[in-house]
Amino acid sequence: MTGANHNGLVVDDVSMVFTLPGGGSVHALNNVSLDLKSGELLSVLGPSGCGKTTLLNIIAGFLAPTVGAVFLNGNQVVGPDAERGIVFQQGALFEWLNVRKNISFGPRMAGKPAKETNEKVDHLLNIVGLGDFGDKPVYQLSGGMQQRVALARCLANEPDVILMDEPLGALDALTREKMQGLVLKLWKETGKTIVLITHSVEEALFLGERLIVMAPRPGRIHKEYNLPFAEQGLTQSPRDIKASAEFIEKREEILSMIWEMEEEIMGGMDK
Amino acid sequence: MTDQSNDPNIKLVAAPQETPSALMMWLGMADNSFTRQKTVKFGDPSAVNSGRLWSFVTIILLLLLWWVSTSFGWVKPIYWPSFEAVGSRMTKLLDQGFRNTELWEHVFISVYRVLSGVFFGALVGIPLGFAMGLSSTARGLFDPIVEFMRPIPPLALIPLIILWLGIDETAKITLLFLAALFIMIIAARSGVSGVKISKVHAAYSLGASKFQVLKNVILPNALPEIFTGIRTAMGVCWGTVVAAELVAAEKGVGSMIMIAKNFLQTDTVVIGIIIIGIIGYAIEMIMRMLESWLIPWRGKG
Ligand SMILES: Nc1ncnc2c1ncn2[C@@H]1O[C@H](COP(=O)(O)OP(=O)(O)OP(=O)(O)O)[C@@H](O)[C@H]1O
Ligand SMILES: [Mg+2]
Repeated sequence: MTGANHNGLVVDDVSMVFTLPGGGSVHALNNVSLDLKSGELLSVLGPSGCGKTTLLNIIAGFLAPTVGAVFLNGNQVVGPDAERGIVFQQGALFEWLNVRKNISFGPRMAGKPAKETNEKVDHLLNIVGLGDFGDKPVYQLSGGMQQRVALARCLANEPDVILMDEPLGALDALTREKMQGLVLKLWKETGKTIVLITHSVEEALFLGERLIVMAPRPGRIHKEYNLPFAEQGLTQSPRDIKASAEFIEKREEILSMIWEMEEEIMGGMDK
Repeated sequence: MTDQSNDPNIKLVAAPQETPSALMMWLGMADNSFTRQKTVKFGDPSAVNSGRLWSFVTIILLLLLWWVSTSFGWVKPIYWPSFEAVGSRMTKLLDQGFRNTELWEHVFISVYRVLSGVFFGALVGIPLGFAMGLSSTARGLFDPIVEFMRPIPPLALIPLIILWLGIDETAKITLLFLAALFIMIIAARSGVSGVKISKVHAAYSLGASKFQVLKNVILPNALPEIFTGIRTAMGVCWGTVVAAELVAAEKGVGSMIMIAKNFLQTDTVVIGIIIIGIIGYAIEMIMRMLESWLIPWRGKG
């Protein structure tokens, strides 16, 4: 498979080996291949240490894979770029800028006209429900509000792909559920390709059109699903979907799968 | 938001009675409302209040000791002057200056030397620190010098500087420049190294160029550390300038007390020491105010 003539995001047989400073190496990813059509939302699940963040860093262009390559719309990824936006778990906002300046960072760096950028920021502030907070310093916002700023900052730049590494991981359950609704809405409205890493099986099932479960040592794709819930989420209430028999069945199946892998790791630790 | 609820079913507990007066709290005679509710106080640093009343006691006792010991002749005026002597000397100094130079001019010239030293130290030190934090070559080139100079007290450089540059103004500002330089290099370097990689990554993913990352992420991120460096440099330079003026100078507070000593003018010496303390304290306070005004995001990353 070669990504050179694909439209969308292609991860082509990527392997990653970290050489440790004290000698030895960690096989973080082994022959990972993915093919995401433009506008797809992929959730990534897996036990801790299975290489999810490493995969995301490679797609973002922060790390070069040991073997293989990543292509976006036929172009090989060689470094970070505005076409691939990123939302981290927390702490990646610029605390010296207010909410507005954070959101407009990308357009300002690109030298976009101020008027256009201002209108865009106003629009995004309303979408993420922070209309009154534009002039607040970001450190005065709650964790959930900060993540909404991070989302808006990413969207203001109009990337083709949005990469998220546990973006809701630091939030309480209720805020988290509200934010899931927001992510779903934004995904539908903007039609972006999204890769979402999460530790929550429920979140992965609810948001992902597609879902991959990764296995550790070496990190690889263990199982792949196509899911109906994200589509349903646009019309039905999240609580109904999450309570449906189909949802619960999938959730338990994946939970026990990850549980088994974690057990294996723990077993390995005992020896 | 208030703590008043509109729900009639919720009965608010009455506020605690007998709140100590604001004056009592200011004096440290009473704890603030939060500390008053703590049961564990010993070992909790935030439960230790200002104890301001005792500070006044200390000050009054010291002044009393001064007054009693000089007016009863316990110490000779040559070792420690009386209140009246200091008072009349102060009037005289304000009126006629000291050795043909106004008192404020002595103070001003010392402060001016400190500000120049810190200014040039920052001007050279910040870019060097940045270079050392960002490039292996610069780090390798300057590391031996910085690490060698770091533990040397600036005063130990005075003899060399006198040999090289004499005792004129350039010599003094060079000394202060050196005192500030290494502090500023180290502060700027650690400010740069302290940047969270996720912020840098986020900026690149938003399309920023290397230069834009430097200007819009690394620089603002390093500002709190740089400011701490400037504050430290000010303090160190203030101490250094006084000492340097003791060794060789015509003007400045340090030289004033040294010359006064030679004439056995203990009262002028004491006035000089008080001025040095007050200016040093004022510098620290002004820098702290500037800091909270210029860098409100400090420590909130
Ligand atoms: N820079 C590095 N140097 C050496 N090893 C690394 C490095 N980065 C990651 N690893 C190793 O690669 C493996 C995968 O790490 P990664 O951070 O991608 O896991 P993860 O799936 O994101 O885990 P988590 O769910 O805990 O965030 C781990 O074994 C980790 O120790
Ligand atoms: Mg991770």
